[in-house]
Parts: sequence; C-alpha cells; structure tokens
Amino acid sequence: MKSYLFLIIGMAIVTYIPRLLPLLALKDRKINKNLEDFLGLIPYTSLSILIVRGIMTADSQMKVATLVGIAAAALVSYIKGNLVLSVLTGILFSFIIINMSV
Amino acid sequence: MDRTRDIKKEIKASINYALPIVVGYLPIALAFGLLSKNSSISIRDTSLLSFLVYAGASQFMAIDLIGAGVASSSILLATFLLNLRHMMMSASLAVELKDIPKKYIPLVAFGITDETFSVISFNKEQISLWFVLILNSLAFASWNIGTIIGYGVGEILPATLQSSLNVGLYAMFASLLFPEVKKSIGILFIFIVSALVYGLLYYSKIFTGGWDIILGVIISSIFGLFILKKSRGGSEN
Repeated sequence: MKSYLFLIIGMAIVTYIPRLLPLLALKDRKINKNLEDFLGLIPYTSLSILIVRGIMTADSQMKVATLVGIAAAALVSYIKGNLVLSVLTGILFSFIIINMSV
Repeated sequence: MDRTRDIKKEIKASINYALPIVVGYLPIALAFGLLSKNSSISIRDTSLLSFLVYAGASQFMAIDLIGAGVASSSILLATFLLNLRHMMMSASLAVELKDIPKKYIPLVAFGITDETFSVISFNKEQISLWFVLILNSLAFASWNIGTIIGYGVGEILPATLQSSLNVGLYAMFASLLFPEVKKSIGILFIFIVSALVYGLLYYSKIFTGGWDIILGVIISSIFGLFILKKSRGGSEN
C-alpha cells in the first residue's frame, strides 16, 4: 500500500491554519466586507456543490437512492432541524431504495 | 461558590450537547473508514486522516481524488479551499471565546468543525473552557473511533447498507444546508446557482481533478455576493 503520510501532514496543516489563525489573530481587526461575505458564502456554495456532485458522480444504480436520501434528509432537517435524525432518515431512505432495486 | 459543582454541571451539559454530534459522526466516520479501506489506503493513513486532518468532507474528497490519481498539490489546494470556511467560524468564535485563556486556543481551534461550531454558536450562554473542550473531545473521539471500526469491521455490514451509509455524508451536507433557507431565501438561490455552475463545469470537462470543485466554489460564491446583496434586508446573513 502506498504511503500518503506527507500528503496527510500537508492536509492537516492547510486545514489547521484556517481554524487557528482567525481565533488567535482576529481580535479587533476589520476585514473587507466583500471578502468577509465571499468567505462566508463558501460553506453554502461548497456544500451545494458537494451535494450536486454526489448525485452526478454516483453509480447509475445509486443515483436514485442518493437523490432520495438527500431529499429526505433535507426535508427532515428543514422541518425538525435535527442533524442526527436527518442523517439517519437519509440513510434509511436510501437503504430502502437500494433494497427495492436489488 | 462551589467550583466542583459548577464543573460537574458543565461536564453534564457538554455531554448532552455532544450526543447528537457523536451519533451523527459515527456512521459517517464508519463509512469513511470503509471507503478508505476499499480505496486501498492503509489503516495508518486512514487513522491519521481522521486524527490529524479531522475534517469530514475533505477526507472523503481526498480519498476520491487520490483514487482518481490527482496530484498532491491539487488535493492540498482543494482541501484548503474546502476547509477555508472554518476561517469564518474561527473568526466568529474569536468573539465568543474571549474569556478562554490564550494557551488553550490552539487546542480549541483544532476541534472546530461545522457541527461543533454550530453547537457552540447556538449555546452561547454555555460557553466555558470545559464545555468547549469536552464537546470537541467527544466529537473528535467518535470520529476517530468510527473511522477505525469502519476500517476494521465495516465490511461485515451488508453491501446495500454500506452504500446507504455513504449517502449519509450527503445527507449531512443537505441537513446542514437546507435549514439555512429559513434564515434567508437567498440560500436557496445560492444552491441553485452553485448547482448550475458546477453542472456546467462538470459537463464541459475543461477543468477536472478537483479544479472543477474549486472553480465552482469561487464562481458561485462571487455570484452569491450579488444574490446576498439583493436578498439582504437590513439584517446580517
């Protein structure tokens, strides 16, 4: 098996820095409003893209199950606002769909 | 003031708040461990991903990109961009955690995830060093234990259950994103725009190997700025 140690250490560094630096440094400093908005939008756009990508790149026999699982989770989270319940519902629905098509 | 009693209370509260995260993380971490094993990544590297990187979406993405033979530099850039959102969370926590001693900040910062951030942000009256550290530790522990269990015995689960557990990740993304629509309908437009932008990038096949995601995020966030300006009615977010 190939070793990915250096890649993982690199990933750890580029992940840790954004977590640490603002907490340490950002006390009274003001950042540009547009940049702040742009950065603030990244969670929304990246999650949107990951969801869409998940459906588009799913194996053809998994596409419907993925779509239904996501839709069920989205609906439950919208109504109940409970992450655990939503994730479990999503898994359950896709499990049902997969077993129906097998 | 009875100090030990206060700490006991804080510990109890943080365990209560951590529970939904723990339950939510376990199946996703399990799916991660299993997927990593199925992608021929060693148990050491799989555990290290969860232990050192500790960022769900980017761990899945890394495995995906490694499998596709993408260069390390692209994976690093994609990881950086994907996890850049923690910067804003960290920045917003800087205000909330001002009473926490500076020497603990590096430890607290490591534990910032979408979920711990949400729990901390929505329970501002609970914030204390103990609350944050216990919450972060339990979330971290469940993510790592789940990863190892998934790698070790994930395959004893039926194949159909494994596939549906993988959907759990996307279910988590959707569950984080869609309740936000209640706060602003603009979020729904941002989702639609992001979907269209990424769809175009994906099918045009000009940018591949993770660049489609990075460009997609940048382009749709710029579009999002305009949507935000239109939908913003005096209040923030």
